[in-house]
Amino acid sequence: MMLDSKQVLAGNAPSNFYDIPAFGNVSLMHITDTHAQLMPIYFREPSVNIGVGGAVGKVPHLVGDKLLKHFNIAPNSIDAHAFTYLNFEQAAKTYGKVGGFAHLKTLVDKVRASRPGSLLMDSGDTWQGSGTALWTKGQDMVDACIELGVNVMAPHWEFTQGAERVMEIVNGDFKKHGIDFIAQNVVTNDFGDQVFKPYVMKSVNGVQVAIIGQAFPYTPIANPRYMVPDWSFGIRDDGMQKWVDEARAKGAQIVVVLSHNGMDVDIKMASRVTGVDVIFGGHTHDGVPQPVPVKNAKGVTLVTNAGSNGKFLGVMDFDVKGGKIKGWKYRLVPVFSNLLAADKKMEALIKRVRKPYEAKLNEKLAITEGVLYRRGNFNGSWDQLIMDAMMKVKGADAAFSPGFRWGTSLLPGDTITMEHLLDQTATTYSFSTLTEMTGQTIKEVMEDVCDNLFNADPYYQQGGDMVRVGGITYALNPYEKMGKRISDLRLNGKPLAANKKYKVAGWAPVAEGATGTPIWDVVAEYLRSVKTVTPRKLNNPRLIGVKQNDPGIADYIASV
Amino acid sequence: MAEPMKIRATLAGDVADIKVLMNHVMETGTRKDAKTGQLVPAHHINSIVATLGGKTVLQAEIGGAVSKNPFLGFKVKGAKAGDKVTVSWVDNKGDKNSAEATVG
Amino acid sequence: AVAAGLLKPTAAFASDRAAFDAKGVDAVMKAIKATGAADSKDIVVKAPDIAENGAVVPVEVTSNIAGTNSIAIIAEKNATPMVGEFELSNGATGYISTRIKLANTSNVRAVVKAGGKVFTAAKEVKVTIGGCGG
Ligand SMILES: [Mn+2]
Ligand SMILES: [Mn+2]
Repeated sequence: MMLDSKQVLAGNAPSNFYDIPAFGNVSLMHITDTHAQLMPIYFREPSVNIGVGGAVGKVPHLVGDKLLKHFNIAPNSIDAHAFTYLNFEQAAKTYGKVGGFAHLKTLVDKVRASRPGSLLMDSGDTWQGSGTALWTKGQDMVDACIELGVNVMAPHWEFTQGAERVMEIVNGDFKKHGIDFIAQNVVTNDFGDQVFKPYVMKSVNGVQVAIIGQAFPYTPIANPRYMVPDWSFGIRDDGMQKWVDEARAKGAQIVVVLSHNGMDVDIKMASRVTGVDVIFGGHTHDGVPQPVPVKNAKGVTLVTNAGSNGKFLGVMDFDVKGGKIKGWKYRLVPVFSNLLAADKKMEALIKRVRKPYEAKLNEKLAITEGVLYRRGNFNGSWDQLIMDAMMKVKGADAAFSPGFRWGTSLLPGDTITMEHLLDQTATTYSFSTLTEMTGQTIKEVMEDVCDNLFNADPYYQQGGDMVRVGGITYALNPYEKMGKRISDLRLNGKPLAANKKYKVAGWAPVAEGATGTPIWDVVAEYLRSVKTVTPRKLNNPRLIGVKQNDPGIADYIASV
Repeated sequence: MAEPMKIRATLAGDVADIKVLMNHVMETGTRKDAKTGQLVPAHHINSIVATLGGKTVLQAEIGGAVSKNPFLGFKVKGAKAGDKVTVSWVDNKGDKNSAEATVG
Repeated sequence: AVAAGLLKPTAAFASDRAAFDAKGVDAVMKAIKATGAADSKDIVVKAPDIAENGAVVPVEVTSNIAGTNSIAIIAEKNATPMVGEFELSNGATGYISTRIKLANTSNVRAVVKAGGKVFTAAKEVKVTIGGCGG
């Protein structure tokens, strides 16, 4: 393709970077977890993504050099920057920002032009993650997805707009524009009826393709249950098998699952449910260059995960002959906004939705001297900044910040605007809290969350990262059982007393009836007062049991 | 307590799949009122009887550990379309309710 | 058996109410005359791995044991573990579906009576405080 004039900024990007030769006769494009990022952004991949149980050292639990080596990606290349945290600051300056729906749209159109009839699927976490998505109740993203040409979607954070709003969009804009919102694992609380279409059948160049939807199974646990009071979720393997079998019986030649399970859960599901060709996954935000083949009783299922924040477009090409898949090719294509001209119509749409909010979004809060990022199992500099702000403003001994995997990155010297702060904090329940907790309760909370991340059985994993902990140092053994992973909790070097009460600041409580100043106001107050944010010292646990050479962890510095 | 019950009775082959939603607070007697701090007295369904085509197919004894607005699902072989289903319950205060539906 | 639709406040098998006050699984098993129940793979207890709401945990018990005439459900870690006992007759199959309250992470135990014998199986359900996410 023709590169635009910014090509010169793109370092050693090959000039044919977006020439993706077509293959076969059925193509499926996939985005996931864009978290409402309409504009190009920076996004640092994690340096800590530890696998447990059968997943130790396996995809997607590879970071840095180990990931490059596994997928045969050249070090210091543009792909190395896209898929790893390595040399983040310098490489981000060289290659520029990633994502942005106007640039994504250009790429989608280019792929569509070379692959007539191809479909675009979205694994969800699309209507949440920015100030404008919060203020427009997801409408900005609905409009952008219609313009992008999304055909099918499966949900997670969408539900935090509330059940009523979800139904309004599904039966309104989505229906009007022919976008299918699918989820086989969401049923009513009364008689267990399907809430959404479990799957859709699409004809792609004469080939019948069934797409089965899987919403995030633990939505009412990880997010406020009161937002979806009449619906029940869960993994529901048996339901999945039933719909696969039904779709096959109705003539599906390709069966895919559009999933928001998270990658480890998808890998386990692929080993149990038969007859699925590919799972297009999201939720765990793993940018996985090539699918993982998973054997089951009747064949092999490919499992993909397409990263987050609009940074990647997955392109799966199938060659189907005589009703059978004869071959496939998959690419997870990074979206570099300097290498893809902005689509004019999408650019205008984004400008229009942002216009009423520009002044608010652009408020300059402070300058950061260090990289600010979020991803990683235990802490990120953005999380640390949020906790430092909470402890200072609220006068707390300690702070908890949720292990959300969304949130964009900033480079040293960047101005932190209100928009950037909202990219880390914009949810429909971002109340800040100050709670007195005993040492024992603090440990119990940490153990509970830790089990949601490090339970050896993927079906017990909820896909976030460990709750970020400010003020309190601790040790953590990911391979222990619940109740035994966390130890050596200390405040200012002194062990926490089980019965003593500590003041703990937090935000985003899932309980009904919670109130409090929005967290972005708390952090903004702090940022305005400090003006300059010095590089954060991460409060990272001392790890026990993790091997020195575990490929899921690199450049890790424990704070004790 | 005369809130209506919801019954759904569907047929697959000769097996009736019967689902019932009862309306009841199902207080265990061990829960404290959030405002007053006082124990909320036990108030829950004790017994349920279901019939199909005039014959008793299920008798249950339950306690406060069954969720609020109890759900009960059961299956009966040898059913046919048009069979009448009845469900009745009695709670620990002697309140009672019953409802009927037709297998279809 | 009780006449159709006409249940008296005095329960059909009132003697078993003692099970609802029993503390601990052993006491409940004794009260429902199921002490020494044999573990059985022919009983399937279906419940979520993680409860969405500890106050409403769906539990489905299927007994493939011939002659199943009763299914009891026990929440092992509840202060009073007995949830309910369901007597099946006149074609009712070995299947009960209901929703129960769980105070903590706990085994949900099914006890099946068939042909004068007792059998049992259990499934653990995790109750968590929640939060966080990807
Ligand atoms: Mn998610
Ligand atoms: Mn996400």
